[in-house]
Amino acid sequence: MNPFGYDRATNAPEAVSMAGAAGARYLGGGTNLVDLMRETVERSDRLVDVSGLSANIREDEDGGLFIAAAARNTAVAEDQRVRTRYPVLSRAILAGASAQIRNMATTGGNLLQRTRCAYFYDNEGSRCNKRNPGEGCDALGGFNRYHAILGASDQCVATHPSDMAVALAALDAVVHLRGPAGERSVKLADLHRLPGDRPDLDTVLSPGDLITGVGLPPLPDGARSAYRKVRDRSSYAFALVSVAAVLSVKDGRVDEVRLALGGVAHKPWRAGKAEAALRGGPATSEAFARAMDTELAEARPLSGNAFKIDLARRTAVAVLENLAGNRT
Amino acid sequence: MQFTINDRPVEAACDLRTSLLDLLRDHLGLTGTKKGCNQGACGACTVLVDGERINSCLALAVQYQGRSITTIEGIGDIGALAPLQHAFIDHDGFQCGYCTPGQICSAVGMVAELRRGLPSHVTPDLGAASPAWTREELQERMSGNLCRCGAHNGILDAIEAACLEDAR
Ligand SMILES: Cc1cc2nc3c(=O)[nH]c(=O)nc-3n(C[C@H](O)[C@H](O)[C@H](O)COP(=O)(O)OP(=O)(O)OC[C@H]3O[C@@H](n4cnc5c(N)ncnc54)[C@H](O)[C@@H]3O)c2cc1C
Ligand code: SF4
Ligand code: FES
Ligand code: FES
Repeated sequence: MNPFGYDRATNAPEAVSMAGAAGARYLGGGTNLVDLMRETVERSDRLVDVSGLSANIREDEDGGLFIAAAARNTAVAEDQRVRTRYPVLSRAILAGASAQIRNMATTGGNLLQRTRCAYFYDNEGSRCNKRNPGEGCDALGGFNRYHAILGASDQCVATHPSDMAVALAALDAVVHLRGPAGERSVKLADLHRLPGDRPDLDTVLSPGDLITGVGLPPLPDGARSAYRKVRDRSSYAFALVSVAAVLSVKDGRVDEVRLALGGVAHKPWRAGKAEAALRGGPATSEAFARAMDTELAEARPLSGNAFKIDLARRTAVAVLENLAGNRT
Repeated sequence: MQFTINDRPVEAACDLRTSLLDLLRDHLGLTGTKKGCNQGACGACTVLVDGERINSCLALAVQYQGRSITTIEGIGDIGALAPLQHAFIDHDGFQCGYCTPGQICSAVGMVAELRRGLPSHVTPDLGAASPAWTREELQERMSGNLCRCGAHNGILDAIEAACLEDAR
């Protein structure tokens, strides 16, 4: 780990001005950043600790919830309002990492955690365009069971590892930011990028941008939500595929649907084509399967992950069937 | 840097890069807490901070200044074992013992989480005020602590024996 300076911020404007210097990084729970600095994948000469900023979870003006960035993953999953109004979010968080890590991890840090691609971590022995642009991608011909089937490029096929972010994508969450130029917000679904020819950039944020919180708009009337994660062991493992869904059915027809897939792309994958195919149509298993076929038509498997296409389809169909009450 | 460790005030001078785990073991001689993977994957380094379980290997010591940290040394010692430690002996909750301090600290944190009603991945009803103390719940909640010797069943038996009674 390289030597670094350390400052602890007590409020957001102070954090942004402390980070002013080039090369500064915000430090949340440290569960990803400390690990990556130890592996020398991340190097920063100045850390601004933002884990002591607001951790509030409060009602906002339009009937939704606002989750401040330093709220720990455990606290968000445990919050009664989240559990009753946004169960997909509690479920997604509780399906991730371990109790110890969820106690440390912050909302902001969870969103900005980096890929778990093994070659990205292996600073000494592997080639990785995300770490070292232009040097090649060892995952393409290597171990790529956990890698992308949608939206990848020939530069990078990594997936975003967060479970929480997949639920937030389905919830139409909004990420609140403060940067050197002031405050702004971006839809969670637009926060992360596809790799394209700049796999080194995970998100649309600029250096110095601080996540101050996440807003959850109220769900449509009568909507139910759920999260399902498929992994290689039953606990404490990253997703092969995960599905977050919000569904409301009226008179057997899909009134509103929001669907996001995890473990399949460089970002939480909002399944817009499937949603469009479903809206207003019958809430039947056949319609769910057809919609997923449409969504997955552009899927491009790698040498080790062709199974994900069928797995994503079947998982999404099962989640939608459960939410529609077609099966228990 | 100042901390309260096992109820005693402690002052330590160390490099900013020092993890809480290395502070405990290498600077303060509290070697009960173990280093397994040093990357958050095994739970051997679990300690309690203000009663909450965390992985001390992923924690920079500097971030935890002023906090109250409990390690296995603060839970019980050879002369006065805690009931949970006795239960690990009675139920074969270990073989080599390397994961044990982390397992025990983690179990103490877990019991507090269950008591206050924190749901888990396997809790059927998120709305329920208090999750049931089933084997499945304990298994899921302890999944952040691996045991290379495979003593998991004994570990769960020990936790059940020591903690179930006062939970019901
Ligand atoms: C063994 C293991 C298993 C795991 N399994 C899972 C899993 O199954 N599912 C899952 O979703 N996650 C999993 N995780 C990842 C874990 O959820 C993340 O490490 C954690 O959420 C990161 O949060 P943090 O606060 O610790 O972030 P940090 O490590 O502090 O920071 C992460 C990044 O975010 C930046 N950052 C932090 N806060 C802010 C802010 N407010 N504004 C701007 N930038 C910020 C940092 O600069 C850094 O780049 C696992 C981790 C480990 C170690
Ligand atoms: S998939 Fe992306 S992160 Fe993994 S080795 Fe290739 S370029 Fe690096
Ligand atoms: S040593 Fe900390 S989790 Fe393995
Ligand atoms: S007792 Fe040996 S690792 Fe658990």
